[in-house]
Amino acid sequence: MTANEEQPIKLTPPDDSDVEQQMRRMSRRSLVKGAVGIAFVLGARHWVDTRRTRQGIPWPLRRALQVNEEIWHDFASTGHLAPTFRSTQITRARTNGDVGLSDIQDLSTWTLKVSGLDTSTGDPDTRSFTLDDIKKLPAHTIITQFKCIEGWSYIMSWRGARLVDFMEKYSPALKTDDSGNPLPPVNGVPAYPNFVSMSTPDKQYFVGLDMQSARHPQTLLCYEMNGKPLTQEHGAPLRLIIPVKYGVKNIKRIGNIHYTNQRPADYWAEQGYDWYAEL
Amino acid sequence: MKRIEEKHPLAIRWFHWINFPVLAVMIWSGLLIYWANDIYHVRLETVSVHLFPSWFYHPGYHEATNKGHALWHLDYRLAEGMAWHFLFFWFFAINGILYVSFLALSGQWREIAPTRDSLRQAVQVVLHDLHLRKNAPSHAKYNGAQRLAYTSIVLMGAGSLVTGLAIYKPIQLSWITNLLGGYEMARFLHFWLTMGYVAFFVIHILQVIRAGWNNFRAMVTGYIIADKEAPLS
Repeated sequence: MTANEEQPIKLTPPDDSDVEQQMRRMSRRSLVKGAVGIAFVLGARHWVDTRRTRQGIPWPLRRALQVNEEIWHDFASTGHLAPTFRSTQITRARTNGDVGLSDIQDLSTWTLKVSGLDTSTGDPDTRSFTLDDIKKLPAHTIITQFKCIEGWSYIMSWRGARLVDFMEKYSPALKTDDSGNPLPPVNGVPAYPNFVSMSTPDKQYFVGLDMQSARHPQTLLCYEMNGKPLTQEHGAPLRLIIPVKYGVKNIKRIGNIHYTNQRPADYWAEQGYDWYAEL
Repeated sequence: MKRIEEKHPLAIRWFHWINFPVLAVMIWSGLLIYWANDIYHVRLETVSVHLFPSWFYHPGYHEATNKGHALWHLDYRLAEGMAWHFLFFWFFAINGILYVSFLALSGQWREIAPTRDSLRQAVQVVLHDLHLRKNAPSHAKYNGAQRLAYTSIVLMGAGSLVTGLAIYKPIQLSWITNLLGGYEMARFLHFWLTMGYVAFFVIHILQVIRAGWNNFRAMVTGYIIADKEAPLS
């Protein structure tokens, strides 16, 4: 072997104590890396927890929810129907949530106030409707699984008018171009505003809906549950049934509907939940 | 004579140690969610054990008397739980998919996939660990029990993802939910898979302690000290 010929690097030193020493070096290096890793994880956790809250949760989590919403909302379409069930599969009803229902609703004085309507035909922007106005629309019965964001679900039958039929009969103000002319329909869908806001008569409970979900064929202005008129605790005389969303969006005792291009406030989204609450 | 031998490739160590905190966040945030509807029981004959008792969510705090300081609070944090869960499931999924891809492409899957002999060997390993059998069976990198366990945990991970998606988007992905037997069944399976992880974790830790420092160090540094004459274990 000549002097300038390189020795092959030996991974296996000849002596046991050398082996132990080399291993100790490697362990030290790895443990330092591990400690840095643990510090990073704990630091990240602390950082997230101490950020400003945005609607009930730290903003990095809110941001993540929003990204998820956008991703899933791209997949959502009016073509995704909620599974329907047979009447023999109906389970008991559970009552949950009474915000906006603190008093008894006098059914004889109840009206549904709708604003943001199309005024181009000479109709006013805001109109009041009675339950009979809703019942004049074609009635649909669906049996769907009502899913609460808490994790429970019940199968129930609902009867009411499709929200999309209501909108077709009493059109929301269409979106306009820069010069104020209404935009034409796209793929047969009228240029409705982007959002629908609904609230209880006392406005204590309110939900925001994207127009796509509002126009979903299974979204009902519902007045009957399991074959009987809605009871007070289930939202008499009129509630929303929107099976493509968690129960929190299925507002009871609707008093007001407003069409808007601004994303409306939502009771539970303000408490840290995801705004779409889409299933 | 001793020598240093590579045991775990760098990629596997990264997947392993990334998965640990990610899975911890998933289980913790999953508990925050489960609390909101903690319906599952274990029934043994006439005894029914509720999962979990209320003290579990706030140990050290007494609800009835409103006294004490809880060691931790897992209750009334549903929104927070969902936010963490739906952020970290991406990391869990990506890490898991990369791990399985690495196993497939590197050929390392051969070390983990059970062989025809694994079940018999696993029984021998368990008997040996319980001191009912004198000798541990000889094996390659992993013994039969390990092969079964490490393959199961990969399948369970896939199962958690699939059942999780079935609960998360039961309408957009209703075909998955239906395949699993419905929404309630998907939730049930998702929960018990998690309990499975916890069981895996406990046994895994005990076995790692039993196997000793040289073995544990291999998952950190990648190398073990082996006797030159003895086969790599």
